[in-house]
Amino acid sequence: MARRRYTSSNWSLLLPAARDALLKLAPRREIRNPVMFVVYIGAIWTTISVINAFMRDDPWTFACQIALWLWFTVLFANFAEAMAEGRGKAQADSLKRARTQVFGRLLRDGAEIRIPATELKRDDLVVCDAGDVIPADGDVVDGIASVDESAITGESAPVIRESGGDRCAVTGGTKVLSDRIVIRVTSEPGSAFVDRLIALIEGASRQKTPNEIALGIVLAGLTILFLLAVATLKFYADYSGAAAQQDISRFVTVPVFIALLVCLAPTTIGGLLSAIGIAGIDRLVRCNVLAKSGRAVEAAGDIDVLLLDKTGTITLGNRMATRFVPAPMYMEQHLAEAAQLASLADETPEGRSIVVLAKDKYDLRAQRLTPSQARFVAFSAQTQMSGVDILESDGSVSLSVRKGSVSAVRAYIESMGNTFPKELEPDILAITESGGTPLAVADETSVLGLVHLKDVVKGGIKERFAELRRMGIRTVMITGDNPLTAAAIAAEAGVDDFLAQATPEAKLARIRLEQSGGHLVAMTGDGTNDAPALAQADVGVAMNTGTQAAREAGNMVDLDSNPTKLIQIVEIGKQLLMTRGSLTTFSIANDVAKYFAIIPALFATLYAAGGWGDGPLAALNIMHLHSPYSAILSAVIFNALIIVALVPLALRGVAYRAQGASRLLRRNLLIYGLGGLIAPFAGIKMIDLVIVAMGWVL
Amino acid sequence: MPSGDLIQILIYFGALAVLAPLLGFYMARVFEGKKTFLHPALSWIETTVYRLGGVDPKAEMRWRQYAWALVWFNLLGFLLVFVLQLVQKWLPLNPQGLGNVPWDLALNTAVSFMTNTNWQSYAGETTMSYGTQMLALTVQNFVSAATGIAVLLALARGVARKTSATIGNFWTDLTRSVVYVLLPLAIVLAVALVGEGVVQNLSPAVTVNTVEGGTQQIPLGPAASQIAIKQLGTNGGGYFNANSAHPLENPTPVSNFLEMLAILLLPAALVFTYGRMVTARRHAWIIAGVMLILLLAGLAGSLIAEYQRNPILGDPVNLEGKETRFGIVNSVLWSVVTTAASNGSVNAMQASLSPLAGGVALFNIMLGEIVFGGVGAGMYGMLLHVLLTVFLAGLMVGRTPEYLGKKIEAREIQMVIIAILAPSAVILVGSGVACVLPVALASLANAGPHGLTELLYAYSSAAGNNGSAFAGLNANTPFFSITLALSMLLGRFVVILPCLAIAGSLAAKKVSAKTAGTFETDTTLFAVLLIGTILIVGALTFFPALCLGPVVEHFLMGLGRTF
Amino acid sequence: MQSFKTALKVLLVMTVLTGIIYPLMITGVAQLLFPGKANGSLLLRGDQAIGSTLVGQNFSSPRYFWPRPSATNYSAMPFGAGNLGPTSQQLRTLTDARRARMQQSPHEPGRPLPWDMASASGSGLDPDISPEAAQYQVARIAMARSFDSLAVSGVMELIRTHTTAPTFGVLGEPRVNVLALNLALDSLVAERK
Repeated sequence: MARRRYTSSNWSLLLPAARDALLKLAPRREIRNPVMFVVYIGAIWTTISVINAFMRDDPWTFACQIALWLWFTVLFANFAEAMAEGRGKAQADSLKRARTQVFGRLLRDGAEIRIPATELKRDDLVVCDAGDVIPADGDVVDGIASVDESAITGESAPVIRESGGDRCAVTGGTKVLSDRIVIRVTSEPGSAFVDRLIALIEGASRQKTPNEIALGIVLAGLTILFLLAVATLKFYADYSGAAAQQDISRFVTVPVFIALLVCLAPTTIGGLLSAIGIAGIDRLVRCNVLAKSGRAVEAAGDIDVLLLDKTGTITLGNRMATRFVPAPMYMEQHLAEAAQLASLADETPEGRSIVVLAKDKYDLRAQRLTPSQARFVAFSAQTQMSGVDILESDGSVSLSVRKGSVSAVRAYIESMGNTFPKELEPDILAITESGGTPLAVADETSVLGLVHLKDVVKGGIKERFAELRRMGIRTVMITGDNPLTAAAIAAEAGVDDFLAQATPEAKLARIRLEQSGGHLVAMTGDGTNDAPALAQADVGVAMNTGTQAAREAGNMVDLDSNPTKLIQIVEIGKQLLMTRGSLTTFSIANDVAKYFAIIPALFATLYAAGGWGDGPLAALNIMHLHSPYSAILSAVIFNALIIVALVPLALRGVAYRAQGASRLLRRNLLIYGLGGLIAPFAGIKMIDLVIVAMGWVL
Repeated sequence: MPSGDLIQILIYFGALAVLAPLLGFYMARVFEGKKTFLHPALSWIETTVYRLGGVDPKAEMRWRQYAWALVWFNLLGFLLVFVLQLVQKWLPLNPQGLGNVPWDLALNTAVSFMTNTNWQSYAGETTMSYGTQMLALTVQNFVSAATGIAVLLALARGVARKTSATIGNFWTDLTRSVVYVLLPLAIVLAVALVGEGVVQNLSPAVTVNTVEGGTQQIPLGPAASQIAIKQLGTNGGGYFNANSAHPLENPTPVSNFLEMLAILLLPAALVFTYGRMVTARRHAWIIAGVMLILLLAGLAGSLIAEYQRNPILGDPVNLEGKETRFGIVNSVLWSVVTTAASNGSVNAMQASLSPLAGGVALFNIMLGEIVFGGVGAGMYGMLLHVLLTVFLAGLMVGRTPEYLGKKIEAREIQMVIIAILAPSAVILVGSGVACVLPVALASLANAGPHGLTELLYAYSSAAGNNGSAFAGLNANTPFFSITLALSMLLGRFVVILPCLAIAGSLAAKKVSAKTAGTFETDTTLFAVLLIGTILIVGALTFFPALCLGPVVEHFLMGLGRTF
Repeated sequence: MQSFKTALKVLLVMTVLTGIIYPLMITGVAQLLFPGKANGSLLLRGDQAIGSTLVGQNFSSPRYFWPRPSATNYSAMPFGAGNLGPTSQQLRTLTDARRARMQQSPHEPGRPLPWDMASASGSGLDPDISPEAAQYQVARIAMARSFDSLAVSGVMELIRTHTTAPTFGVLGEPRVNVLALNLALDSLVAERK
């Protein structure tokens, strides 16, 4: 789980957001949102007609109340956006602090020159000692150092950076804690990783995502439709007034028509749309993932194939020794002792796990052997074995233990004229078939037995995959293991498919294959050779510990470098889209109640017998609102308040559950569709009761 | 309601439920270029059309080419109808010696038949010569229906094809529709109608000396051939002024049943054709179900309204404007069916229906003619609503919306919005403006809310390409001729062109795989959503107008108020 | 422009196919199979047509069964309806007048006024009335023609035999063709003489 480092409390954001909401009243900012722009124009128009009425001594208080609430509607929408932006700003500010003026020690012709970091160019070499802030993005070309990357990642534990390999990338703004490294700068001034991250977070509000644009078109279309419906209603009203030989001009006024339009226009979703988008990206940021574009976040919701690396994501790091299988005639303890001896100098996780297993099982304490007592034989590609020779004081070998792959040990034993015990063959087969790796242990003369090495699948991962399956997401395990091993682990972890003996090319091919079958694929990667696959994937999450090339190729960067995060990213994408859809549904469903508030109010007296009192359309006042005035005002107030009421939901996102599409739909439809139909009936009635009780309206 | 009513309704929908899927599957074969049992008899006609027309049936068209072909063909068809009316006096097949049609009426009629609306501001028996009825009107009855089918086929291919640049060939779609579908059905129906007593000859009207010693003119002409296709093609333009209420156009309950069946047959069958073409049969059944539910809901409301007592007239049932042989149920069923499908023929006068039954007819049209709707047009109109539903609700499952594997993005949704918006805008603006213009108000036959409904109905009928009317309105004035012609044009082509654009852009897309996370379009839940979207969009747009028209009239009728 | 040329050619081909060949073919078949029906189901007295069985004609003499009210009075071309709405004052006046005409004409006391006689048909040419409407008029005809009770029951029998039941027992409404009934009435009178 990510550390909530950038969580500033919502309360502290309120005041700046309120200020921003006012600033956003500038026409050039309002016009970016067509729905709210209509409200904005309506508010201005109503205000003008209030002033006109005031000057001419006509009744103006009712229109003034409408105008006031229209302005609130606009402000509330601005406020929602400002709140969402506020949270992004906190993140950006934190990053900016990392970017404060630093100097780099430029190496030129062997000499160091101190120059501002902003003047560093690509391919410059800079040197950093312990305590220096790394001045620019780059690759370590010499040395190894521990680096504090907390400024970017929020992770306080230092990471190791060294030349060569996949851990060579360093990021400007991070700090060297120990040792000395030489870095080749890989970014041009102003386009460093941090700069781009800041631009991204700050720009989140300015970039509309494809789906947001499409939804914007629908909302604009609906607004035009309601504009026409309201504008022509004036003509229908005039006709009806003439047909009924009545003067109905008391309610057929500009402010009332604007109120109707604003209530019908999808202001709820229109006002919250950009906040939802910003908040979605912000949720990613909170779990320490930076999306390079909003498009990537939407794509995450669509993902239906996850390519997951076995190691670290599905299994705990590396293989571990889990069992000793002694050869006939040998005690298990004897085997354990020998295996431990042979592994003492083996610093690989497998080697250490043998030592630990022996200790756990037989309480065998690892002996400390000095070089005079023992000669360690390191693993070599040629022998495929490692081990130890225990030396007598005269330097002659008293005991020689070797461990290695079965085939290597077999060759070793047979080269000495001995035979590999047939009795072990069934065990070898059983271990291999279960996805484990048998390691043979032998002394000079005979095979002592086997060590069962096994991948340990992370706890709870199987349930997670089952959940994903219910969501319609297929998991594919990527591993370098042979197909047999891979199949066994795949079965144990419950993934849907695996790609064994995976090479970068095979990964890329697999992604293309899935995509040609109509799937959207997400993957994580860190190495340079992952870059093509990261670029090809619909969502490519690069580990922050990865190489610069990988970080360039992916469309998201995980600052925690936690491959399991992919699942969370998908959920955040889905939640963003769901929130958008649910609030749209809610907003449109609201209109029904508003019609039943305003239309009867508008035409309450129309066709009334004798021209006064309630006419037939008063029968549509099914909420029994107090008066036409209170009905219209209640609808407008509800319309404004619902925006504020939904701001927390827009920022938090609707509750997400790992379920299939049809159950999700049923649930959201019930809450936001049916709820959207019913809620405003209750809300408007309540507001009506309140404003009448308070005497705010006739 | 007598129990006989229910039985008639059941028989009707039963027949439809049996015939529509069968015909739908037959059409799917035809439009996919496969052989059918009619090919041995008819394929020579198809190849002859291609040869004479210079059509390469194998050539594929991009959506713009397809659209151009369609537009040219319709424009020329319009011109032919227009010109024939202007000169009919000098042409043969005019035994009544009718004069030339005035230009504004001719314009309105030409647009009306070209757009499959068949709004009639004229009385057939006293305005159009037999030659005009045959060469101009009957021809457009065929090809305007075929045009609608072609657009649906293009859209179906857009959905079905993967990363394709083309959406079919307009000429083959048009020709196959006419040759294998419309012509054979029309021939069968026309002969059956003559058997029931519909006239079919080229003789002038007969003057008879009545029993009481008066005289009466019995109008004649090639009626059956035109009536058959007017019903099958959801055209609806009557051969005679009284349309299918006229005893020589619809003489018996059997002819009435056949004509009514013909109205919904092709629109319903095309739903299944679509399902086959995009290999989503369950989805097609769901859509057909949605259409049927909306239709039955309207029918129920309409029947209840018609069986209500009108305190003003004092009759327990309302037979004004209805024929004795059809009674209440067949008149109401027809009224609902003809407005649900954009047919527009009537066997009872819509204007004299009770306010809410008239309101149901009006609302059917306002929904966009998608409850079965016009031939082809109903289904492509429904697909626009399906796309809108998928877009709005699809988000709620946490994925960007997709329809049968195709992503619905800004381009498609823009076209959907234009196509859904256009007819609604035309209705609102047209009727809104008309109801305050003295030149328009002078044409009203009824005052009060009913007058407003007449205007709403006129522009809805035009924009929805329906063609039925609250016929009290005298629309044979230059104002209505021109504004209604414009409404028909916009209502037809500002839907067709976006549909073709959608077809083009969908065809070019990849198809995403179906998973458990995919938004399903073949469930009852989707049906509920679709109904909700259709009703909410329709209701939200027209609720105020309907309140001031049929709804308030209903209340006023209850109060005994007259105008 | 290629598509323009094709459009023109295809339109002409379609016009010939569906505008000439199709209607002429139907005309030929119709004249061959149903010559009477295809030409208007005319009723001939000698070689003079006296009406069409399908088309209503006006009867206003009290000696005949009256048809339903017609907005175009069964004579003026084009035929049609009044298209008056349910809240129309004009329709109310008309309906009251139609009802009064029926009620004021002699009728069996207590017999309810048939609704179809108070409302105009859609076509203005409705050939039928309901059996109830026919029975309602029997008293008037009997008085105008000075029928005895035997003749009256003969007329009632005529109505029964001329009532068309719904097709297959379900389709449509029971109805009496006014022209056929009046012609039968005349021949009944002729027989009795």
